[in-house]
Amino acid sequence: MTAGRRSATFGKQVFTEMSNRVAGSGLVRALTAPHGPERFLELVAPSFALDEVRAEVVRVQRPVPGSVTLHLRTNHNWRGHRAGQFVNVTIEIDGRRHVRCYSPACSEHGPERELELTVRAHPHGLVSRHLNDHARPGMVLGLSRPAGEFVLPHPRPDHVLLISGGSGITPVLAMLRTLTDEGHDGRITFVHYTQRVREHPYRELLERLAGRLPDLGVRVIGTRDGAGRGSAHLTRRQLRGFDRDYLEAETYVCGPPALIAAARSIWERAGAEQRLHRESFLPATVPSGDATGRISFTCSGIETTSSGLSLLEQAERAGLSPAYGCRMGICRTCTTRKLAGRVRDVRGGEVSGEEPQDIQLCVSVPAGDVELEL
Amino acid sequence: MDDPRATLTTEQLDALGEELDALRRRVMDDLGEPDLAYIRNLIKAQRALEASGRGLLFLSIFPPAWLAGVTALSLSKILDNMEIGHNVMHGQYDWTGDPTLSSSRFEWDTACPADQWRHSHNYIHHTYTNILGKDRDIGYGVLRMSESEPWSPRWLGNPLYALALAVFFQYGVALHDLEIENLGKREAERPRRELLGGIWRKVRSQTLKDYVLFPLLSGPQAPLVLAGNATANLARNLWAFSIIFCGHFPEGTVEFDEQDTAEETRGEWYLRQMLGSANLTGGPVFHILSGNLSHQIEHHLFPDIPARRYGEISREVKAICERYGLPYNSGPLHTQLGSVFRKIARLALPGAAAPTQTSLPAAPVAKKEKAAPRTRTGTRDRRGQGNRKRALAAG
Repeated sequence: MTAGRRSATFGKQVFTEMSNRVAGSGLVRALTAPHGPERFLELVAPSFALDEVRAEVVRVQRPVPGSVTLHLRTNHNWRGHRAGQFVNVTIEIDGRRHVRCYSPACSEHGPERELELTVRAHPHGLVSRHLNDHARPGMVLGLSRPAGEFVLPHPRPDHVLLISGGSGITPVLAMLRTLTDEGHDGRITFVHYTQRVREHPYRELLERLAGRLPDLGVRVIGTRDGAGRGSAHLTRRQLRGFDRDYLEAETYVCGPPALIAAARSIWERAGAEQRLHRESFLPATVPSGDATGRISFTCSGIETTSSGLSLLEQAERAGLSPAYGCRMGICRTCTTRKLAGRVRDVRGGEVSGEEPQDIQLCVSVPAGDVELEL
Repeated sequence: MDDPRATLTTEQLDALGEELDALRRRVMDDLGEPDLAYIRNLIKAQRALEASGRGLLFLSIFPPAWLAGVTALSLSKILDNMEIGHNVMHGQYDWTGDPTLSSSRFEWDTACPADQWRHSHNYIHHTYTNILGKDRDIGYGVLRMSESEPWSPRWLGNPLYALALAVFFQYGVALHDLEIENLGKREAERPRRELLGGIWRKVRSQTLKDYVLFPLLSGPQAPLVLAGNATANLARNLWAFSIIFCGHFPEGTVEFDEQDTAEETRGEWYLRQMLGSANLTGGPVFHILSGNLSHQIEHHLFPDIPARRYGEISREVKAICERYGLPYNSGPLHTQLGSVFRKIARLALPGAAAPTQTSLPAAPVAKKEKAAPRTRTGTRDRRGQGNRKRALAAG
């Protein structure tokens, strides 16, 4: 970057910082009460936000059917991520917001404010299918701050083993690309289980990365390919084949529950579980019709088994006193945040999604396990 | 007029309830991107009107700029309070998941704290609509709006109180949840000290904005800006008062007794909402400026359907009313408002009931008849909990 370019970027940063300070100042807030300065500035700068992170899709790739890779450019509130972390992505589909969790697949050292996400279309997935079908440059998404403890630590471990299955590739790929950018000279082994080797989205990238470091081994196993059949399960023999001293590596495994369970059992039996770091990627679940399940009232620390009554009545029977009004779904006084789980609306039978959202306690019945902010 | 509720059988009432439930579900299933786009565009328009109104008022020294600024700012406050604020706080856009449209978090450009409004309006007024002794919107604690309120000499001032309420309407609304008329008789929903704290904070913020900061920032034009902001607030007060008073007070609207409504079915709840409300006719701009409270009947049947839908469903609601032989109270603004003013003036004086009086206490025979159908039905879930509405269909 030339000196001129650098000072222009610096100037832009200072201007943005100062604008943010003015916009957020007490006087401006008082003048724009009660809505706040953001709601006015949005009129002239649509992606302006005082502290929300928003990202615009700048490029879309569809390397293999059923998978889409999004290249995003965030706004100025993005402060970077650590390899392995996830973000909550908010997208509007037909007027409704949906939130899903994805891990950036890009290196920590990539261009500033740029992110890469890869989304595989699940058969029942609303958001994943929508993104696969309709993602295009210009689409705006909301992002949370990155979070998660499944991260590559500082200082970097010398000997690293990265194992992934299916969509679990994204966080460990971020780790691999980060280590590659850092010119890591310790041993890295990257193992990925996919259905068919030719049909996974990062095939070419992994081939390119394979030659970039002195001691990097990349293995992709197709569990449905002819030769790969039978290699669906992680075994000690396989691991020894990937890396003779695999138990001495800091190991990061991410994928479906079966893969995680297999890894756990092997590492625990060898007494090396402190070097195994795990993140589980669960597929979207189909709603069940039953009203049983556990209800957790997270703020009160109370848990109870659902009796099938409305959540308002169940909260009251558990000794809580949530605010209520009409008790028939009209006045919204009982609106409470559902943190996780599905609920059914007794008026029409609609079942909600699993993501966090506001619900009316008096007309909601649990459909499975539910967590409420009460 | 015969009490319509006495002429419908239990089966008809249940069928009415089911038809209206089905209508609601159909509309709710149809909600999508166009509804979200509508409210967002409206919000953009309101913000633009507010910004340009305030901007123009900085040129107050030129009378056309002052007039244009006051007009823009009045429209901004009217849109913010009515089509946007009232409707968003009813939860009409909660389904989007957009936090700026969340009913429990929205705050609006008027003296009344949003949380107190949600209590006195969404809960009390909409649940107990037109029930004497429960719906505090009947008279707002300062007016005599019903024959059932015994006359006393202080009511000679009824028209004056109405004028004062209209001029200072935003403060009347702000004080509503305090239940001043019940001071000494019973508690308010929350400790009055807490309510006063909320009112004070909101009034202070609005006063600072409209009557201190903007005038001061305009330097020597301060008095003009102050007058401009006061005029905009006044315009909104008078407009909102007029529209709101046409909602439940024109001749033909029905009042209800607490006893009669103790254990309503879904159909009976819908019927009370319908009979207690009155519509205003007008063009599309009128409907938007009235916050679609011109469709008061549809709004009271379905408070959480986005208001832009009321126009299209009003045709169906009217047809349902015809089929069940129910009245559909609707008229132009000047007619309905005239009827309300006449009521206010009439109730200032002691005297006989109005010729078209339709509140239930005047028809005790009808009440007994209604009691019979109620005991016949076995499907109602009796919990014996007073005024709790058991209007929800089970499961």
